[in-house]
Amino acid sequence: MSSLTIGAADMEELARGAAILGSGGGGDPYIGALLARQALQQHGPVSIVGLPELDDDDVLVAVAMMGAPTVMIEKLPGLAEIVAPIEALAAGSEHPVTHVVSAEAGGINSTIPVAAAAALGVPLVDADGMGRAFPELQMVLPTLYGITASPLAIADEKGNTVVLRTIDNVWTERIARVVAIEMGTSVMISGFRMTGRQAKECLVGGSLTLCRELGRTIRVAREEKRDPVAAAAERLGARQIHEGKIIDVERKTASGFARGRAQIAGADSTMEIAFQNEYLVASSGGVVLATTPDLIIVFEHETGEPITTEGLRYGQRVRVLAAPADPRWHTEGGLALVGPRYFGYDIDPVRVRLPAEEA
Amino acid sequence: MRIGIDVGGTNTDAVLMEGARVLASVKQATSEDVTSGIIAALDALQREHPFSGAEISAVMIGTTHFVNALVEARRLAPTAALRLGLPATRALPPFVDWPDVIREAIGGRAYLAHGGFEFDGRPISPIDPDEIRRHAADMVAHGVRSVAISSVFSPINDEQERLAAELVTAEMGPDVAISLSHEIGRIGLLERENATIINAALRELAVEIVDGLASAIRSHGISAPIYLSQNDGTLMDESFVRRYPVATFASGPTNSMRGAAATSGLGDCAVVDVGGTTTDVGLLVNGFPREATTEVSVAGIRTNFRMPDVLSLGIGGGSHVDTASREVGPKSVGFRLTERALVFGGDTLTATDIVVAAGRADIGDASRVAGIDKDFAKAVINRIGERVSEAVDRMRTSSDPMPVVVVGGGSILLPDVLPLFPELHRPENFAVANAIGAAIAKVGGEVDKILAVDPNRREAILDEVRQEAVDKAIAAGALPSTVELVDFDEVPVPYLPGNATRVRAKAVGDLEVRG
Repeated sequence: MSSLTIGAADMEELARGAAILGSGGGGDPYIGALLARQALQQHGPVSIVGLPELDDDDVLVAVAMMGAPTVMIEKLPGLAEIVAPIEALAAGSEHPVTHVVSAEAGGINSTIPVAAAAALGVPLVDADGMGRAFPELQMVLPTLYGITASPLAIADEKGNTVVLRTIDNVWTERIARVVAIEMGTSVMISGFRMTGRQAKECLVGGSLTLCRELGRTIRVAREEKRDPVAAAAERLGARQIHEGKIIDVERKTASGFARGRAQIAGADSTMEIAFQNEYLVASSGGVVLATTPDLIIVFEHETGEPITTEGLRYGQRVRVLAAPADPRWHTEGGLALVGPRYFGYDIDPVRVRLPAEEA
Repeated sequence: MRIGIDVGGTNTDAVLMEGARVLASVKQATSEDVTSGIIAALDALQREHPFSGAEISAVMIGTTHFVNALVEARRLAPTAALRLGLPATRALPPFVDWPDVIREAIGGRAYLAHGGFEFDGRPISPIDPDEIRRHAADMVAHGVRSVAISSVFSPINDEQERLAAELVTAEMGPDVAISLSHEIGRIGLLERENATIINAALRELAVEIVDGLASAIRSHGISAPIYLSQNDGTLMDESFVRRYPVATFASGPTNSMRGAAATSGLGDCAVVDVGGTTTDVGLLVNGFPREATTEVSVAGIRTNFRMPDVLSLGIGGGSHVDTASREVGPKSVGFRLTERALVFGGDTLTATDIVVAAGRADIGDASRVAGIDKDFAKAVINRIGERVSEAVDRMRTSSDPMPVVVVGGGSILLPDVLPLFPELHRPENFAVANAIGAAIAKVGGEVDKILAVDPNRREAILDEVRQEAVDKAIAAGALPSTVELVDFDEVPVPYLPGNATRVRAKAVGDLEVRG
């Protein structure tokens, strides 16, 4: 990237790119982008540091929103509660926090860390813990490296702060979720404290600038009357696996997740996509074409605007891309965390066949 | 008999109807002062089909006055927004992301106070009456005349908004208009609050316009109730418009779609409304326009109004025609058609000229387009047909055959058959479909809330929501025996406990005509 800062003017593109990597999850990025824009206007641009530029003894913490995006569009978050959990962690440690980083690349949680870095006046690392969005806290690559979320600080807008010390990241998720609900289901969390040396090893580099670049790619392609989806696919190394019209969206009421499936009728075949907050399995005529952990992304046919699982509607014209996830997700440990079986689909993971492999 | 009037930016259309039958219809130029345009339209109706004021049982009006006032940022009241939500929401105060021009035009004072609710109805913090009184006193000091009050999750619990309204009224006096967000919008605080602020800014104009409309109609000896049409094709009475002018914003396209349904007798169809500059394509489901599901920006302000989902193409009677590509629009001569089109002695090749050249219409002086090649004209018309057909195909929600109804003054541009859509209707009175839509509008009630849906009691809970929508429709003036549910939608909310589900229901019925 040529520019080493992120300013208010970048937020629209960054948020659109984050919605793409969100793979249908992460919620409507509007509020998060607006909040980051306010913070950047108030505190000035945030400097961006690539993983290779980190010193080994830098201290990073991840910051994210936990809860329901639907609540966040009502109970709008404030900067105070974004900064509070980071300060709570810093208070319990002799090493000051030198950098903030995103836990996931997707939706709201790509923009909240921008607001945090601006308000705290610390640099933001150009990386994240997933390279996409996933629904639960332990679903980050640092878990595979034995880095714990604990101590994890949780803050609400009322001034309550909770710090959890837990035995592993699955317990952190379970307890944090209960606390988040009690606090009103839209809270800010901070954890996964790690050194610069650990960060270089376990994070996915370049994801923040990738979000901005994807958003820009879509805008420029539209302006130049080129195909925005094809442009995004090229940048992601992704492959279009289907195009057609949504002929059915079925949603189920199930334990806190937006589960369901969509049928997309194409010229010769109908694709079915199963989702639980994110798009997880794409199949056609009984053949599975792509599964989690690879990214399945649904775009509006003409504009190239990414569509979230909540935004799926009967009648939409869409194109479906599959993009490769970080290869570490395809290891045994990675698949145990985020493979199709974890989400209750009794199938083996299917990796995206890339255009280069087609011949 | 009832009268339907559509006050557009250019024309005021009026129809006199007996049941579903159109007795007379007229088109008049819209006047700057509202009143005289309506009087002229009523006079013209009277000439076509004499009636006495006592024979009229209701007058229904669709108007674009309010949306135009916002877009032009004029005649807006000095307005304040009071939001109950502290300590939450502080970083994104009211008016965040508004265009400066409009915010400045209304004074745009923003106040935050303690209050609001969690998604499950627990209070975020209690209301502090002194804090609200202080804010109200400051509003008085700054000359505020209209107040928008919003609270976090007020669609779930409206108690605090009502309480705050009482406190503000006590402090500022009864002449200050109060608009409450839970009565105006859906879940989504910023969008709902924005719509409420817009409503507040239009309250004084609403009184002026409604008084003007009423006096024009009363001066004609008509004492029947007056209704205005809302965005979703249902009616509101005079007193409701004074409080909720914002609900009229998209009534133009809605009325013409509803009018298309009435004149064609179809409840489920696509409607193509061809005007001078654009062609609007929409979909009717159960006789009502399908609504847009995404946020709608009006004059650069993000809102979540109930707006019809309309796809606009730059094709109309005044559209320029490119001789090389055979494409039409999006440039248009607009209301200058009668000066600029070739058939009127002008210098611009328009879509209207093509239709005349093809021998499909007799407008202006056909000899002026005699030199246009017939095959070329045919090719242009077929291309229009293709593009409109594509647009309808994009809008439809299933591949089942779907009838298409064509209305609007510009509908002569379309070929006799549309590719993909063999069933094409061109109803009588197509040019005044919008006024007919106003005349036949129904009254409705809508519910939109997040509920904990216990799987064992699911049907009972959903029935309660449906009943609430029906009750609201009856309270709004619907004849109980005619009320039916026209829309129902149930979407689970991710990450919320207890099977939280967002449920929307809408019921409508025929207007119960009193006295």
